[in-house]
Amino acid sequence: MSDDIKISIRNLFKIFGPDPQGALEHVRAGMGKSDLLEEQGHVLGLKDINVDMQAGKITVIMGLSGSGKSTLIRHLNRLIEPTAGEVIVNGEDVLAYNEDQLRRLRRENMSMVFQKFALLPHRTVLENAGMPLEVRGYDRKDREDEARKWLNRVGLEGQDNQFPHQLSGGMQQRVGIARALTSNADIMLMDEAFSALDPLIRTDMQDLLLELQEELHKTVVFITHDLDEALKLADHLVILKDGQIIQQGEPQHILLHPNDPYIMDFISDINRARVLRVRSVMQKTDQHRPGLAGDVDAEDTLESVIALSGGDTALGYRVLRHGTQVGILSVKDLVRALVPTAASEEGPRSSSGLSLSHGTGSR
Amino acid sequence: MASYDFLFDGLGLRDWCEAGTSDGPMSMADLIGKAAGGEAAAPTIWELPFPSMDALNDACPNFPQARELTKGLENGFLSIKDGLSLFLDPITQPLSWSLEAALWLFQTAPWWIMIPLLLLVVQLVSRSVKLVGFVALCLGFLAFIDYYDHAMQTLAIIFVCAAICVLIGVPIGIAMSRSNTFQNITTPVLDMLQTLPPFVYLIPLIFLFSVTEPKLYGIAIILYAIVPVIRLTNLGIRLVDKEVIEAAESFGMTSWQKLTGVQIPLALPNIMAGVNQTIMMSLAMVVIASLVSAPGLGVLVLRGIRNLELGVGLLSGLGIVLLAVVLDRVTKAALARVNAAQKH
Ligand SMILES: Nc1ncnc2c1ncn2[C@@H]1O[C@H](COP(=O)(O)OP(=O)(O)OP(=O)(O)O)[C@@H](O)[C@H]1O
Ligand SMILES: [Mg+2]
Repeated sequence: MSDDIKISIRNLFKIFGPDPQGALEHVRAGMGKSDLLEEQGHVLGLKDINVDMQAGKITVIMGLSGSGKSTLIRHLNRLIEPTAGEVIVNGEDVLAYNEDQLRRLRRENMSMVFQKFALLPHRTVLENAGMPLEVRGYDRKDREDEARKWLNRVGLEGQDNQFPHQLSGGMQQRVGIARALTSNADIMLMDEAFSALDPLIRTDMQDLLLELQEELHKTVVFITHDLDEALKLADHLVILKDGQIIQQGEPQHILLHPNDPYIMDFISDINRARVLRVRSVMQKTDQHRPGLAGDVDAEDTLESVIALSGGDTALGYRVLRHGTQVGILSVKDLVRALVPTAASEEGPRSSSGLSLSHGTGSR
Repeated sequence: MASYDFLFDGLGLRDWCEAGTSDGPMSMADLIGKAAGGEAAAPTIWELPFPSMDALNDACPNFPQARELTKGLENGFLSIKDGLSLFLDPITQPLSWSLEAALWLFQTAPWWIMIPLLLLVVQLVSRSVKLVGFVALCLGFLAFIDYYDHAMQTLAIIFVCAAICVLIGVPIGIAMSRSNTFQNITTPVLDMLQTLPPFVYLIPLIFLFSVTEPKLYGIAIILYAIVPVIRLTNLGIRLVDKEVIEAAESFGMTSWQKLTGVQIPLALPNIMAGVNQTIMMSLAMVVIASLVSAPGLGVLVLRGIRNLELGVGLLSGLGIVLLAVVLDRVTKAALARVNAAQKH
């Protein structure tokens, strides 16, 4: 992993209520979310968050409703002020910014996409997309050119003079993305940007985001409560529960080594063969071994290897990346990786008790 | 003796009560008592009066009577009145001027300019030929029955007062939407303005300003009619979708940009609904204000009542209804256009 860290969150706490500082003492002393609410009447929004987000990568923050995802992302551009902690963007502490500096950060370095699109209903598509530049005082022609360019890029040619309510949800969110791109900021915050869309459109939008990302290499902070979406998009996955991070890391790694019953339950329902990739389950070696059935790519999904092998567990494959060998994959290992960790270690869905039913119930 | 003697005796205030009194002015009860023939026997518990000011005054002549309260209020008001009008007169003077100017304008412009001009305004705000036709019909009818002048006077007063209500009310509403403290202070005042019977406004105003000045009724109308536009501006801005506000902030809008570019435009349907109500309430008040010399259709209603001219009263009442319908339709049409432009 490179060390090019764009956003760094350090020891961030957020407590909602009349006396957050007082309540902070209790939280630091180890009081949990429900106790804090009952005994102190304060809501624990975030507790001791530490995340590094890499430049040009997609960091996905995942958690169930109420876990504090929106609260966390709004600290990055200070729509919400923290109770304690630091948010460092491009090496500078955002919390030390005065109003002008903060406004410049919001105008030039960060853009945001919203769950319910948050377009201006009284403005046309073109005006909406050009809004970030209008705010900065660009003249009409410049901002319209730029807005039109991005509207075309997200597939909205010829809709310039429509009003948002005349578009479908998917198209409205394309306007939302075009608006974020028009601002030309290198950080994009997306709060459940695709959650309000129906599944097919949602897949389209995910593909669009990945495609744009190939080209633009923005630093994306993406929030979702959907594991499939998280796994599809994430370079770095952060799992949040009750305002706390319970695990973060490379998504494949979390899938194979979940460290918490909550996560085990979360991942127990997904199609692992479709999500896990060859590189995550192969044996790393550049040694050649005889008797291999063929070549697969490190980024191939296990599903495609199963199809290739026809289900024969005796086979093994050479794993290539950019044409050179990086490992060897035996189909036996592959099959083993398909069994969820919780089940393989402790029997099916046994130990996690409450959080199990909680997790499945809310999805 | 009086029922509450024991109270003052018990508190040892008897000396204070009797100090330097001859017989003060008699209370109503005394007079009735006298008329009934001398002192009655000691009252039983069933006849114990409420310890009101008058009852206490019976027992203790130095205790103020109820009429001294109203008298005191009156004197208090009269004593600050000069200072108050010294301050209020100049700042309300523009109101008199604009009312006079509007009245002069609406009455001197010949009907064949005035009516088409009004119809043009209707067309501009409503974009509806049907409505223009309806308004033409109403104005034509009023002019035909020779109520044209009175109707124009009423319209002139409403235009000026409603415009001033918007000019003052919208900023107050905006301020309320931005500060909860200010909202908490303002709301009871608005509640009071709205529940106070319209006639009650007139009483202190009559003392403050001379009845010949237009600002007297101008202020009464504005006080009465300004409430909805303030309330609905506040409400409208508070109801703007929170996520849209967040979007505006996240792209670095200044609070002025946010106000003019997002909050006011999105609150506009509510603000317009407030303006509609404000205009309707101005119309209601302008009729009552004819009691204090406001010209217009209200004067005819008043004549109908005073001289028992049934026909005049009924016809001018009908005229007011017509004006009300016209004003309501036109502002509603404008409101509908705003709504259509920003359906969510
Ligand atoms: N302004 C506020 N005042 C009090 N509590 C708040 C406030 N904002 C959020 N909270 C609380 O903080 C917690 C986290 O809320 P947040 O909106 O960040 O959740 P989320 O993960 O985004 O959920 P969702 O998926 O529903 O959007 C919740 O318990 C919520 O009740
Ligand atoms: Mg949220």
